[in-house]
Amino acid sequence: MSFGEQYGTLAILVIAGSVLYAIIMLLNRVMRPSVPTPQKLTTYECGVDAAGVGWSQTSIRYYVFAFLFVIFDVEALFLLPWAVIVGDLDATTPISPTFAIVAMFLFVGTLLEGLAYAWKKGVLTWE
Amino acid sequence: MNVELTASLSPAVFVPAPSAFDLDVAFGITVAIKVAFILALFLVVPLVVGYMEHKAMGRLQHRRGPVAAGPFGTLQLVADGIKFIQKEDVIPAAADRKVFALAPGLALVPAILVFLVLPFGPGVWAVDLELGLFYALAISSVSVLGVMMGGWASANKFSLIGGLRAGAQLIAYELPLILAAIAVAVQAGTLSLVGIVEAQATFTLPGTDLNLWFVFPQILGFVIFFLASLAELSRPPFDMPIADSELVFGYMTEYTGIKFAMYLLTEYAGMVSMSALMVVLYLGGWQLLPGVGLPGCEGAGGMFDCGWLGAIGGVVITLAKILILTFIMVWARVAYPRLREDQLQRLSWLVLVPLSLINLAVIAIAKVVVF
Repeated sequence: MSFGEQYGTLAILVIAGSVLYAIIMLLNRVMRPSVPTPQKLTTYECGVDAAGVGWSQTSIRYYVFAFLFVIFDVEALFLLPWAVIVGDLDATTPISPTFAIVAMFLFVGTLLEGLAYAWKKGVLTWE
Repeated sequence: MNVELTASLSPAVFVPAPSAFDLDVAFGITVAIKVAFILALFLVVPLVVGYMEHKAMGRLQHRRGPVAAGPFGTLQLVADGIKFIQKEDVIPAAADRKVFALAPGLALVPAILVFLVLPFGPGVWAVDLELGLFYALAISSVSVLGVMMGGWASANKFSLIGGLRAGAQLIAYELPLILAAIAVAVQAGTLSLVGIVEAQATFTLPGTDLNLWFVFPQILGFVIFFLASLAELSRPPFDMPIADSELVFGYMTEYTGIKFAMYLLTEYAGMVSMSALMVVLYLGGWQLLPGVGLPGCEGAGGMFDCGWLGAIGGVVITLAKILILTFIMVWARVAYPRLREDQLQRLSWLVLVPLSLINLAVIAIAKVVVF
């Protein structure tokens, strides 16, 4: 299969999956009863009337983790092509395997240093 | 990088392994067969796993599990499906109706898409992408968007917190998952899932003829991948986004009927696809035991170029391995209590991420020096 045919199959599968969801929803619409009452449509909150609105502000304690995630996820993207090629390197290639491994260790090590700093600063533990 | 360097570093051009569905007919018919194959897998195997979970949880808790619907209760989930589709659809008055209705679909469709690249037996895969491993990991993490949308659109505080927790859990466990998978890519030298199975069938312990699966040199990576995939799927003991003792039912609190069923189907399909990925990456794909080929197979360690007998045998072996892995997931659900949210984050960042980097370093050095 060519490149276009492979990803064409993916595109058609996306459409097929969406159509499957639409069909299931349609089938449900045809077969279900619909008797809404005001009590039934209230927001659930422990059996009492909901206090305030559901979209209230919450303290996301883990936003620091989100920063760390972006850093390491970009690193993972760099690691993928490196991973495929590192086994093919030998003395005849312009880059030696030792160089490839040391370079990647320096890169990962720099990022790990950042993680260690965040750990030492205590942002990874909750009070 | 100069031109000469680029040329000499580029590996051989990737030729996708032909699938058994690549018949000599029009492209449209081939695709129709493949889509039917993927949808059939998606609608049948998760139900089998769901039935196994009912029965296994029942036995582990000294109950019998479902017995009434069909022989030994085997049709229980089919009966559930028929019930779900007739249920009234309750959308809370405060909710954002459009997002609320779309969210389960956005979780469901990526769960289908992962099956595009998963190889189940010799020739039994839809497409052999060069980026197969990357594709599977990337697509499987899109489902969390549907979960977060559902949590937000419900306009319920429990749902909102559940959705946010699902997002936080994904960003924490995506890293150990992908770093463990990269170590497999280093050892196999390819990202194609079929290529990884082939690499395992032909990998021998240096200096001997002993054929080994990647789980043996990378047992640490396998454990990390297993834990991280449990967390990605929000399976107990990592089910904080649902956490019925603190958040009612997390992001699914306001969902009823068929939309709730769609979220459940997503979870079970995720269990199947993650287990299939583990089978491919670590457990030798459709190889019965290390070094044992299938009947009627010629290529690469007796694992490829098979007749129909070998193909069916391969699919049966893969499905059996998937069932064993999903049973272990169910077992963990029964055996361990749920972690606290901060324990979950700490386990990932301070234990699994450093360990997976060490695993990657050891495998990379071993690949260059020994393998």
